[in-house]
Amino acid sequence: MEMQKLYLLVPLAPLVGAAIAGLFCRVIPRWLAHTVTIAGVAVACLASYVIFKDVMAGNTYNGPVYQWLTSGDYHFEVGFLIDQLTVTMMLVVTSVSLMVHIYTIGYMQDDPGYNRFFSYISLFTFSMLMLVMSNNFMQLFFGWEAVGLVSYLLIGFWYTRPTAIFANLKAFLVNRVGDFGFILGIGLVLAHFGTLDYAAVFAKAPELAGNTTLALFGEGEGVALMTAICILLFIGAMGKSAQVPLHVWLPDSMEGPTPISALIHAATMVTAGIFMVARMSPLFELSNTALSFVIVIGSITALFMGFLGIIQNDIKRVVAYSTLSQLGYMTVALGVSAYSVAIFHLMTHAFFKALLFLGAGSVIIGMHHDQDIRNMGGLRKYMPITWITSLVGSLALIGTPFFSGFYSKDSIIESVALSHLPGAGFAYFSVMAGVFVTAFYSFRMYFLVFHGEERFGKAADHDAHAAHARTDAHDDHSAHGDAAAHHADDTHAEEHHGLAPGQKPHETPWVVTLPLVMLAIPSVIIGYIGIEPMLFGDFFKGAIFVDTEAHPVMEELAHHFHGAFAMATHAVTTAVFWLALLGVALSWFFYMKRPDIPAAIKSRCGPLYTLLENKYYFDKFNDVVFAGGARLLGRGLWKGGDAGLIDGIIVNGSVGLVRWFAAVARLFQSGHIYHYAFTMIIGVFVLMTLWVTRA
Amino acid sequence: MTLAEMQFQTPELRLASAEIFMLVMACLILMLDLFVKDRKRTVTFVATQLTLVGAAVVTFATTSGDIGYTFSNMYVGDLLGDVLKLLLYLTVIVVLFYSRGYILERPQMARGEYYALTLFATLGMMVMISANHFLTVYLGLELLSLSLYAMVAMNRDSVPATEAAMKYFVLGALASGLLLYGMSMIYGATGTLEITAVAERLYMGQVDRGILVFGLVFLVSGIAFKLGVVPFHMWIPDVYHGAPTAVTLFIATAPKLAAFAIVVRMLVNGLIVMAPDWQMMLILLSVLSMAIGNIAAIAQTNLKRMLAYSAISHMGFMLLGMVTGVANGDARFALNAYSSSMFYVVTYVLTSAGTFGMILLLARGGLESDELEDLKGLNKRSPWFAAMMMMMMFSMAGIPFFVGFFAKFSVLQAVVAAGYLWLALVAVFFSLIGCFYYLRVVKIMYFDQPTNSLPIIAPLDMKILMSANGLAVALLGIFPQALMSICAFALLRSL
Repeated sequence: MEMQKLYLLVPLAPLVGAAIAGLFCRVIPRWLAHTVTIAGVAVACLASYVIFKDVMAGNTYNGPVYQWLTSGDYHFEVGFLIDQLTVTMMLVVTSVSLMVHIYTIGYMQDDPGYNRFFSYISLFTFSMLMLVMSNNFMQLFFGWEAVGLVSYLLIGFWYTRPTAIFANLKAFLVNRVGDFGFILGIGLVLAHFGTLDYAAVFAKAPELAGNTTLALFGEGEGVALMTAICILLFIGAMGKSAQVPLHVWLPDSMEGPTPISALIHAATMVTAGIFMVARMSPLFELSNTALSFVIVIGSITALFMGFLGIIQNDIKRVVAYSTLSQLGYMTVALGVSAYSVAIFHLMTHAFFKALLFLGAGSVIIGMHHDQDIRNMGGLRKYMPITWITSLVGSLALIGTPFFSGFYSKDSIIESVALSHLPGAGFAYFSVMAGVFVTAFYSFRMYFLVFHGEERFGKAADHDAHAAHARTDAHDDHSAHGDAAAHHADDTHAEEHHGLAPGQKPHETPWVVTLPLVMLAIPSVIIGYIGIEPMLFGDFFKGAIFVDTEAHPVMEELAHHFHGAFAMATHAVTTAVFWLALLGVALSWFFYMKRPDIPAAIKSRCGPLYTLLENKYYFDKFNDVVFAGGARLLGRGLWKGGDAGLIDGIIVNGSVGLVRWFAAVARLFQSGHIYHYAFTMIIGVFVLMTLWVTRA
Repeated sequence: MTLAEMQFQTPELRLASAEIFMLVMACLILMLDLFVKDRKRTVTFVATQLTLVGAAVVTFATTSGDIGYTFSNMYVGDLLGDVLKLLLYLTVIVVLFYSRGYILERPQMARGEYYALTLFATLGMMVMISANHFLTVYLGLELLSLSLYAMVAMNRDSVPATEAAMKYFVLGALASGLLLYGMSMIYGATGTLEITAVAERLYMGQVDRGILVFGLVFLVSGIAFKLGVVPFHMWIPDVYHGAPTAVTLFIATAPKLAAFAIVVRMLVNGLIVMAPDWQMMLILLSVLSMAIGNIAAIAQTNLKRMLAYSAISHMGFMLLGMVTGVANGDARFALNAYSSSMFYVVTYVLTSAGTFGMILLLARGGLESDELEDLKGLNKRSPWFAAMMMMMMFSMAGIPFFVGFFAKFSVLQAVVAAGYLWLALVAVFFSLIGCFYYLRVVKIMYFDQPTNSLPIIAPLDMKILMSANGLAVALLGIFPQALMSICAFALLRSL
């Protein structure tokens, strides 16, 4: 009994914090807002740790907490499923969230929306916990939408900035596309299984998978039910976890404050899709088609989003594209049935990517809200803690042996190599190439920011900055976007001061650097200690299901594994290690030694560069085809349907008719008594004619 | 018939004790008033109200729940009659309270006759309600009508009022003629005027159908005039508009109950065998009323006139319940259908009383306040009364969770149960059109700027009563079940 109360405490503590900070945000002082929310998250974090210990002792739980409503035979319940997968996510979510909460004190200290911000991030923590702890699809969907909502609110946190509003609208719309697929998938589950409870659905799935097909058009050839459900659910994951082609919202989401970029758009929310697919492993295992789809989407994301990271100049956008690429890696791992590897990478990535984002945020504070890496350089001297921790994060990201990223990413690459599903070959190429690309753009950013010439504090910066503001605004391609861009220039001019000439960057306060250090520790060690139990022990036994006969990847991977230390020392003999090293070396050569080479390449490969600059024209395509098409359709329906048919003919037409009729009826009411009597006589006459003649 | 064959029985006076009480008191008050010096006639007013309360006590005390006949079967006492009479007293009491301030400001009206006429009209309605004989119906109807003609003309110096009274009188006489002619035809066909006896003869089947239908047409026309349904509605707008508002309030409320009663007495109790015929007639009248009433109301700028057309459409809607009692020779749904009509008429009277009461409340200093313009910005002048009026309008429009919605809903249920889906759709369609002018009133009250910023001064009793009236409209909308079961029970024990 006591554990169940503890389960309840985990999501509710942040909710209470969010409610206090949110409902009273105008009256309570700042210290109270951050104290209650941090306390709430800290309680949730501690409780998660206790539950983790309990689950380790073998006590899992699956049961309802509250029955919301019953409709026919369907029960809609709030319930918890506490197992190894859940508890891993709970630990990741609460600990990263706690770090971000602390960091926010420093990052947002001058912001007027201080209390509101704390309320939002606590609300996010609650929503995310509800998502990962749910034991049924309905609650999953609730959490799914709730995190989406908070993400929307936070991207548009600075709601006076047109670019932020544009970005949050974009995130909202793109996620609707994903959610449409997601809810269709849930609907299919409900229709065919008659329940939304995970355990019941999973138990029934193999039996239904064998012979159920869905006829798409009439009675023709159908699609296997499981394939349809899994692909639809995965479309939801594509929206939430920003997979191509639904990735376009994530780079723009960097309009939000940096702490939420770390928490929501790197460590937790965007990984909800990965978590969901892992949770649904008993379903995905039943459809090779769906798995192949997952692999292909994941590998495209992993490689092509990495390329975009190379040409970005905004420090946060570099990290954002890196996040997209890493999410692609996780998706590929899911596709090859290495769910535990995906979750493992999710966990390590949560730590080192949150670290990188918070490091970037620290740099931004140091640079007085200038985000352009071309204006930085040599920050190592001025911001030593940020420098060290960012280096650790970058090393973890590119997969340096012994760092956490190494273990998870190498495991993904190896499992892809072992898979025989259609698409795995392409995926292997993508993830291998991705290693090089990752190393290149990570260290390009690292070198440009922390080493080399000090480019800040120059008078020319402000011009360069204005140019940058304009390129920023290129994200908004629509007519609206252009209008927004002009506004953006004005607002940027106010908000992004940059450093004045002669001014030096300074190290950030302890509330900022403490989370950096706290996150740097797991970024280094968590892979080393985690890999053996999580991947090859029976940690996820019961939580993740793998059909070992059809997809023996994990078993074969286990044969190759001889301990974490051996794996790291063995790395030197693999291509992966050398590709990463090559990437680092090349970026050093390009950006430290010969800065003229990138410029030369840029001018030589014009078309390629333009392609990358425009992000493969995804935005333009969406803008013209979907937004334009929708506007055209809307305009057509408005002019033709609403204004013409409904307003014009139906509403105004009937109003005119009624008015005419009323005028006529009024005319009859002449006031002359003989007219009245005559009307009565006519009435009698008509009734007589109708009835008496009939009788 | 020889003298020896005539049997003299002492009529059972118990069944008519309320009527006797009312008659005696009305005469007494007429005389009492001669001795009242007070220009305000407070004594007369109090005595009238006490008479109504007394009648209620008598009715309540003598009610037995069984059907009893008296005066050689010319008169019936049953639960339906008692329930309707109690509602009638209540309505008249409320009407008198609402009217008090208005008539005090008009010296022509502030006379004892006003109260005596009210009581005589009430007596007429009581007779109509308890009639078991066509002539009793006629007697009651004439007593009511003659009192009303006089009341409309009470304000002698007002040209519109006298004109309205004249129209009402002439057209009323015509309608009475139609009704009497219809009765004589029915006498010719069946050889009796006693309603229950007519029903028996019709069951036997040895009746000339041709003559009967002929009579039925005239009978229905007469009833239609009293209800004010198209095409016998022409008097309604002019009389509602021309009459002093206090009298309009009276005409618009209590007689509707009596009219419902005579529909039940004559058509259901007496001519149920002819139901297929009169139902079709009523359907025709009902659809016409809903159409003309709702559409013509839109063109009105005077509130009383608008409400007159609204009354036409409401009576049309009420008739829908009466036409669906017998479907294809099957009377299974009759009780539901008739009780839905009864519920409709009762709640309509309640809402209508509140609406006209509001016009009276706004009228002051001898001036009328019956134009739509006068409601402008009422919310600024008095949010509470604006809210009451809004509830009244919502209820009339049939917006859910006000009593008018459930009234419409139960009638429509009966219509659909009887298989007349098209009729239900027509009714809904015209109600939808009707929403326009009710909601326009709400819009005027809430969104227009007041032209008159005087605060509203009304006696406390009126304020309390108005609030109770408005709240009743809202509360009955939330808990309609009690009143619905009373209607159903009264009809069950009386048919």
